[in-house]
Amino acid sequence: MNCKQEAVALMHKYMDGDLNKEEERRLRDHLQACQACQSHFHELKRTTTLITNTMPAQAPKDFTANVMANLPKEKKRRNYARLFQSHPILTAAAVFFILMFSGIFSAWNQDQQVTVSKQENLEIKDEVVIVPEGVTVNGDLTVRNGDLRIEGKIDGDVTIINGDIIDGEPDGSIDEELDSSTLRAYTGELTEVNQIYEWVWYQTKGLVSDIFSFGSDE
Amino acid sequence: MESMIKQKIKEVKKGDQSSFEDIVAFYQNKVFHICLRMIGNSYEAEDLAQEAFIRAYTNIHSFDERRKFSTWLYRIATNLTIDRIRKKKPDYHLDAEVKGTDGLDMYSQLAADQALPEEEVESLELQSYIHQEILALPPKYRSVIVLRYLDELALQEIAEILDIPVGTVKTRVHRGREALRKRLRHV
Repeated sequence: MNCKQEAVALMHKYMDGDLNKEEERRLRDHLQACQACQSHFHELKRTTTLITNTMPAQAPKDFTANVMANLPKEKKRRNYARLFQSHPILTAAAVFFILMFSGIFSAWNQDQQVTVSKQENLEIKDEVVIVPEGVTVNGDLTVRNGDLRIEGKIDGDVTIINGDIIDGEPDGSIDEELDSSTLRAYTGELTEVNQIYEWVWYQTKGLVSDIFSFGSDE
Repeated sequence: MESMIKQKIKEVKKGDQSSFEDIVAFYQNKVFHICLRMIGNSYEAEDLAQEAFIRAYTNIHSFDERRKFSTWLYRIATNLTIDRIRKKKPDYHLDAEVKGTDGLDMYSQLAADQALPEEEVESLELQSYIHQEILALPPKYRSVIVLRYLDELALQEIAEILDIPVGTVKTRVHRGREALRKRLRHV
């Protein structure tokens, strides 16, 4: 038997308790014959005895108290964090809402330019969109960041974002006649959006109706 | 005892911080011991053991209750300690093999000075001498020797704690044992 390689490997296997009967016999036979391996084996056994019998270390007296004092306090925030960890769908929903609302808010703040949906025959003057007299606008009209004055007619819904509807008379006299004329001025619904929460609501409503119309298209 | 610990862990998971106190009290000596024998200084060992328990507490929700808690806890402690050893300036010069020799390191050259006359060796001195020799091992052998002999853990459990195959644990135990045999033969 090769002392350096095989015998020493067997000694370690013996110490791990991995030796089978055959290997054990071979190791025993070899140890009886080889003085060098015998002392090597003796030293190994003594080493393991020495290191096994060293006294276990004791933790300092106030160790437990120190650990407890340094534990993070149970906070509500940690509970939320755990909630999000254990419910991925909740996280997805939260991320979705954050993205959606941040998109809407940024769109609100984006530009203060007067924008009008694409229709012919409209006049834009000093942030006022004018439907000239005798003109009929076909389709829905959307005015953003501007007021709307209707002198002619609109055949469809009217949406005004961040603006007002101004009556036809420059002197601003309000009478029943005006009411009726305004009522006649457009055939659809009038929506005015002036506050950010209205804006959010408008967007959400638009999104929902989009989703439903997608559904009905299919 | 294992079932008592399991119960306590359940309570901690529910948010009962005070139940963690019993867990710390139960494992503190073992964890401190592992850290101390690996890092070699009780101040740092206390710091590491404390950190290990705090990490165990904050990550208790990631502990799988079907597994053994001690394995998980020791794993946190050994990982922290190994990280700390790595960050410290390495002082392997005594372990480095002397070139041109077969497995001889600087320790074998100093051996004559270190061997103490046997009559003078008090038990405590012998202990600290053995600890010094364990500390002189390279960290990868040191960790398996500490877990194997100072805590008498099974090879399989050591493999789980260190996240290495059992075969690697065996090889490291063998090499560590051989290295210690050379250093402790004159004791």
